[in-house]
Amino acid sequence: MDWLGHINYWAVVILMMIGFYTVIARGNMVKKIMGLNLFQTSVFIMFISAGKIIGGSTPVLREGITVYSNPLPHVLILTAIVVGVATTAVGLALAVRIREAYGTIEDDELLDPMDQTPDHSRPGDHAGKGDGSA
Amino acid sequence: MNIVEWLPFSVLVPLIAAPVCALLPGRVLPWLLAFLSALAALLITAIALPVLWQGEVSYPFGNWPPPIGIEYRIDAANGMVALLVAAIAAFVLPWARIINNQEVPERQGIFYALFLMAFAGLMGITLTGDVFNVFVFLEISSLSTYALIAHGWDRRALLASFRYLIMGTVGATFLLIGIGFLYMMTGTLNMADLAERLPEVRDTTAVRAALAFIIVGLGLKLALFPLHLWLPNAYAYAPNFISTFIAATATKVALYVMLRFVFTVFAPDYSFVALPLSAVLMALGIAGMFAGSWVAMFQDNLKRMLAYSSVAQIGYMVLAISMVTSLGVAAGLLHLFNHALMKAALFMALGTVFYQTGSVQIHRLRGIGRQMPWTMTAFALAGLSLIGVPLTAGFISKWYLILAALQADLAWLIPLILITSLMAIYYIWRVVEAAWFLEPPDHSEPVSEAPAALLIPLWVMVALNFYFGIDTRLTVGAAEAAARALTGVAP
Repeated sequence: MDWLGHINYWAVVILMMIGFYTVIARGNMVKKIMGLNLFQTSVFIMFISAGKIIGGSTPVLREGITVYSNPLPHVLILTAIVVGVATTAVGLALAVRIREAYGTIEDDELLDPMDQTPDHSRPGDHAGKGDGSA
Repeated sequence: MNIVEWLPFSVLVPLIAAPVCALLPGRVLPWLLAFLSALAALLITAIALPVLWQGEVSYPFGNWPPPIGIEYRIDAANGMVALLVAAIAAFVLPWARIINNQEVPERQGIFYALFLMAFAGLMGITLTGDVFNVFVFLEISSLSTYALIAHGWDRRALLASFRYLIMGTVGATFLLIGIGFLYMMTGTLNMADLAERLPEVRDTTAVRAALAFIIVGLGLKLALFPLHLWLPNAYAYAPNFISTFIAATATKVALYVMLRFVFTVFAPDYSFVALPLSAVLMALGIAGMFAGSWVAMFQDNLKRMLAYSSVAQIGYMVLAISMVTSLGVAAGLLHLFNHALMKAALFMALGTVFYQTGSVQIHRLRGIGRQMPWTMTAFALAGLSLIGVPLTAGFISKWYLILAALQADLAWLIPLILITSLMAIYYIWRVVEAAWFLEPPDHSEPVSEAPAALLIPLWVMVALNFYFGIDTRLTVGAAEAAARALTGVAP
């Protein structure tokens, strides 16, 4: 087995595990989102690695070139990167709003907020909330 | 022009309407645009459905022939799910206008734009025949759903949304890993093309890993027990309109995608052999049925109660599918359709109660049945459908589920289905008891009945539950045609 030849895939596995561990183990919401980013990035590297063909040229039609790298994974990952950026943006926006509403973004300090305490009486009656959109 | 060529417009109309909607001022115009888009999608899918029963149709996007280009491949199965999503949107929106004026008073243009994106994403997931397209549409609908949930007026909506975002993104990324493995092994992303090319490479670890990643990723999205942890809080704290819409559609669409992967892309003779999928899905389905119903029995927040009940109902669907028979798949799809109707009616009833009283806590709704008789009667009748009383849609689903169990020689499932139905009786009865047989709490203000503009759409949804419990030609016919399209065998 050619261990060094698969170095991209080792990077993928290691990054993926670091990211996934961060998502699960960290209570800080910004760190969770960073973990999520690492996790997604590792998948991007996996796709890009699959598109590489040894000795292949850039996928542009030219004289005398017969072996091309596969351009499709790059295009797919371009889309996936956009999705990842959007996810990060929504996640960070939510973190900002959570900080406004609770004063913290640490999971541990939220004191089991999903318990069954009664809801507030009417929409708009309580002060904890921001301006009504995310 | 052939109606089939119009089908992509059921995705494109809401997608194009969304940015327009974001720019519209006021409250009426954004709502009207959203409603008209949903109505257009409903008309297109409803007219196309009979054509799809004859066989599948294909629409190449930009006239790039598949498998190079993106293809919309629509058969009876996704035609049925698309019709369901469009119908729920079109029937819930007339009710939602007044509800949203109270719960989301500001910037409704943005709100309806997000809704249209979520709607377009769900339609896109359903209709597309390209696996990467599934991922993109899944993220379009999920991202807008996170933002919509965060519009809930309780600050816990923000936490619910954040947790859904974390779990949903992990699920979608798992799906992406699975798709990556499939692409590496076959060099294609088109579902039909994948189904042709996969048999050559099926005995590899990569394809097995792809199947496992896709199942787990979609399991997170469809709230398969024990991956359902995001669901109860997301449903409970979202605005009532959003709770109604996503409870009736989002998990159903994810379940359809799982069916599509398991039956069409991988073929059942591979997916249920390479992994012990049948046993795992059956065990998780039953566990979900019991755990969901059990927790629902002790919820004080009624929206959370319905959310846990959804976990149980998803258990029924997964159980039906795990039988791997054509009748089982038909029963699963039938329950998918009927459950959307009953949960939409129940959430609409609760939303109406919330509109009048500002609470969905059971102890604050004591005696509400005498003050809001029309609303609570609608809740009780929709509850009968959830339990599965004859003449309701819920009975038809459970009847077919039991028929499928008998046909698959799994008669021991029948007591389990009956026990969980009894648990459903209990948690619906708790509400009925509180609403009619308990005295209102001391010094509570008297509550009046909801306006007719809320009651009429609510009762239309309740009537649909009874209509499809009596006239089953459309639902059973569609479910059987869909099962035939997925499994290749007539049920």
